[in-house]
Amino acid sequence: MAKILMKGNEAVAEAAIRSGCRLYFAYPITPQSELIEYMARMMPKVDGTFIQAESEIAAINMVYGAAGCGKRVMTSSSSPGISLKMEGISYIAGAELPCVIINVQRGGPGLGDIQPAQGDYFQATKGGGHGDYRLIVLAPSSVQEFADMAADAFDLADKYRNPVMILADGMLGQMMEPVEFRPAKSDEEVAEMWKQHKSWCINPNEDGDKKHHHEINSLEIDPLVLEKHVNNLSKKYAEIKKNEIRYEKYELSDDNEILCVAWGTASRVVKSAINELKKEGKSIGLVRPINVWPFPYDEIAKAIGPKVKKIYVFELNTGQMVDDVKIAAAGKVPVEFWGKVGGVVFTPAEIKEKLEAALKE
Amino acid sequence: MTTEMICAGFGGQGVLTIGKFIAQASMKEGKNVSWLPSYGPEMRGGTANVSTVVSDEAIASPIVSFPDILVALNQPSIDKFAPMIRPGGILIYNTSMCPNGCKREDITQISAPMSDIANEIGNPMVLNMLAIGVIIGKTALIKYETIADDLTSYMKAKNPELLELNLKAIKRGIEIGKS
Repeated sequence: MAKILMKGNEAVAEAAIRSGCRLYFAYPITPQSELIEYMARMMPKVDGTFIQAESEIAAINMVYGAAGCGKRVMTSSSSPGISLKMEGISYIAGAELPCVIINVQRGGPGLGDIQPAQGDYFQATKGGGHGDYRLIVLAPSSVQEFADMAADAFDLADKYRNPVMILADGMLGQMMEPVEFRPAKSDEEVAEMWKQHKSWCINPNEDGDKKHHHEINSLEIDPLVLEKHVNNLSKKYAEIKKNEIRYEKYELSDDNEILCVAWGTASRVVKSAINELKKEGKSIGLVRPINVWPFPYDEIAKAIGPKVKKIYVFELNTGQMVDDVKIAAAGKVPVEFWGKVGGVVFTPAEIKEKLEAALKE
Repeated sequence: MTTEMICAGFGGQGVLTIGKFIAQASMKEGKNVSWLPSYGPEMRGGTANVSTVVSDEAIASPIVSFPDILVALNQPSIDKFAPMIRPGGILIYNTSMCPNGCKREDITQISAPMSDIANEIGNPMVLNMLAIGVIIGKTALIKYETIADDLTSYMKAKNPELLELNLKAIKRGIEIGKS
């Protein structure tokens, strides 16, 4: 299939439809508006359902219901809207239902602004909603990856019966890059997916006996029952941690003087700076976590080359992932952080300057 | 090779479209591209800009710090972005709306009263296509045929008259770029 020049917001929506998503509920917010607009336009054409809900809270609870029916369902929003969805996300995680949530991050806290930021890392990877749960969190850094992750996210959600978040930002949403879509699931494949009587969804069982229903629930009044449930969740998360670490290595070598760690949009800018410094004979490597939960702790530790004197973390926040990098580094080398906030994105020149100063130390 | 370009002007002058067509044509010619608009509370009469990167290699940052090419359709765009042009880079600007021009001597400057020429061609809307022509004439970043095919496929059925004006504007721009 030929490449198409597309905005990230539209590419991820198209890819979700191709992955068999036929239910999408959301409430508009900049900078992800093209996503909901694309769904409004395309869902009727594929016999899907699009609902512009009355609020983000309503949208995530529609997702809860649809996921309980065993269907591929998605919602999307941007930072303040994602905060509103947190109660529902905790319920969905508690009830062990699969769904995909896209956060096209903007500046915060509060209403913040509408420019790109990475301030929701803690919210996405450490909780956000209440209780002992985890989201699988995928962090794209290009329009192509954003689109590919839609398919990956649905597969992961189904595999682990767990909500999956794609943590993008305003730049990836608004930017156009060439994208090549994976083949779309055929109508037959989508129909087959819909017909699947999953062992857990609320549809009556195949024998047609209404007594054989399943209950979707996140309430367990008996502490001993809840204890068992949360321990089971914890086992599932351990399994995810074992299987789903994904990261990119960039210019890693034994000559690296500095090891950078950056995710999403920020990593693109860091790569440019690394390329510029390479022309000047400086060796700097980068590890980019592709999945930010589970986090590649061991892989970052292994990437610290013999000559690395410092790990430098760059983020579009005041320092969030840097805490995870410090855990990974385990005191072997110092970890420094620099970032920009408020929707201001650093430039390759600024990162280069920071790295040059660090090389001179 | 990597070419980094910023196009800037008033909202409504079609600067985002300049970047889009260059990106689209470059993609069709087998290059890697990225197109990053300024977005936000922009409106007609406000300022707008877009960073476009065209490269034979994978594109790292879509954010342009030091453009190889700046297309400035109004004076505020020169004031803001011209100091960032790489030494030896190219400034293309619209003298109809840039009364002060640019004082840098370490770059190549191409200027023309583009708004006036667009009006002369028959529609102020073709200003951005004129600018694309100048880029092609000066840099050969993309081929005329690629963008002409692109435009034809979009507009032939919908608005053949405007298509003709657009193609005429691009050709005129190419002449300006070559001179």
